Amino acid sequence: MLLNHKLSVVLLAFTATIFSQAVSAKPKVIKEERSLYQNVFVEDDGDKRCLKFSVKRRTSSQSCMYKSQPKKVVFNYTKFAMSALVFKTKPERVLIIGLGGGTLSNNLLDLYPEIEIDNVEIDPAVVSVAVEYFGFKQTAKVKTHIQDGRIFIKRAQRKKLQYDLIILDAFNGEYIPEHLLTKEFLQESKSLLADDGVLVANTFSSSKLYHHESATYHDVFGDYYSIKKSTNTGNRVLVVGKSLLNQEEITSNAELLKQPLATFGVDIEETFGYITFEPKVVTEYRILTDQYSPANLL
Amino acid sequence: MNKQWHNYFIYLLAFTSGFSIMGIELLGGRILAPYFGSSVHVWGSIITVFMLALSLGYLFGGRLSFHKPSLKRYGTIFMFAGLCLLPLAYFSTPILELVFDNVEDSRYGSLLASMGLFFVPSIILGMISPYSVRLLVTNEAESGKVAGALYFISTLGSALGTLATSFYFVLWFNVDTIILSYCFVLVLLGVCAVFVNKMEAGYVAQPQA
Repeated sequence: MLLNHKLSVVLLAFTATIFSQAVSAKPKVIKEERSLYQNVFVEDDGDKRCLKFSVKRRTSSQSCMYKSQPKKVVFNYTKFAMSALVFKTKPERVLIIGLGGGTLSNNLLDLYPEIEIDNVEIDPAVVSVAVEYFGFKQTAKVKTHIQDGRIFIKRAQRKKLQYDLIILDAFNGEYIPEHLLTKEFLQESKSLLADDGVLVANTFSSSKLYHHESATYHDVFGDYYSIKKSTNTGNRVLVVGKSLLNQEEITSNAELLKQPLATFGVDIEETFGYITFEPKVVTEYRILTDQYSPANLL
Repeated sequence: MNKQWHNYFIYLLAFTSGFSIMGIELLGGRILAPYFGSSVHVWGSIITVFMLALSLGYLFGGRLSFHKPSLKRYGTIFMFAGLCLLPLAYFSTPILELVFDNVEDSRYGSLLASMGLFFVPSIILGMISPYSVRLLVTNEAESGKVAGALYFISTLGSALGTLATSFYFVLWFNVDTIILSYCFVLVLLGVCAVFVNKMEAGYVAQPQA
């Protein structure tokens, strides 16, 4: 009888384990919101929580974090973007276009408590989800502007605002919106850069626009650096500026940033190897302009 | 030109005006995006302005057709429409800048900019439909049939204009190039209409006022 009881307890525990595993293995949508721009939802998959957009039945992760270690960076592109700090080690005024879960803003604030950040996000639903589910921090110096990135930059230009770090990370469910890919947009962004400022742009290596984007960035900024793991897949982070530091300077900066970045799970020795200098080249690819930006058709 | 070809010519013109209206409306989104983004309110502004302008155009076109309707006047409407599109290609930047600098809210900004850029040419393009009906209708009984055929042709033109512009033209050409092409085609057809009118007057050998 006792044996039987024991057995049934074990069996019960066993089934319960299997059952709970089956449950936890399945990602769970914990928040869903249809906004003016896309369906925004938050999905929990075990310890991992992701912010996703879905447009036309295609779903794409915009931002992820580990609930147990919110500081640890999940995405490669975020690691690349943070590694771009070797080009500007102590940014004081930062502009981020495209909020996502607010990871970059939070991490920069963590690294540099004195930093001033203007986050620009078009979709209010994304902002509220970032605050509620991703611990996005807003302070007197870290602000969020609900506006189209292009409009914010044009207005900032009129106010003669200057930033020493600009991060372009605006995505809809498909890719970067067309009016944020053009030569004119990049020129406007460039005009907001301090002389030693750096602009970091998150793009896709697999994009059909790849060569057109390269040509456009080359046209506006000349030579630049790219950070990417492989040529055909994943993200390519572009680092451009009015005058960029040279190889020697970024190498010594990498040494300085090694410790601080390690707390975010960013191994600068690894990512540093992905940094490639890309001199301006003559290309047959047409540059994207406000007049010509068939972004999603190419 | 015999009666049948004369009518075909008018249908062709109506088709082209329908084609260009929607082609330009579509490019409107592109023109406004750098200043006002491409949110739903920008499209709302554009569509509102086009609809409002077309409604007025229909009214004015109908009125105009009351006084001495002729192919010559019809052609003149086309030439005006083409010319009124020219500022879109040459002066859109200062107009957009002016609105952008003075209106903070991008909803009213895009509405005002659409008004400044598209209102006048759309009114003139809207005048074409009722005027075409007037030129085609010869008796009361067939008026409904003629109007139906005309709406069919010009709306078909609009459908194709939307498709061609959004699928292909923007992939091949600059926005300004497409607009200038529309200007050119409209002015050219207007000149043709005036010319056909002259030719027919000579053919009938009766000088018409």
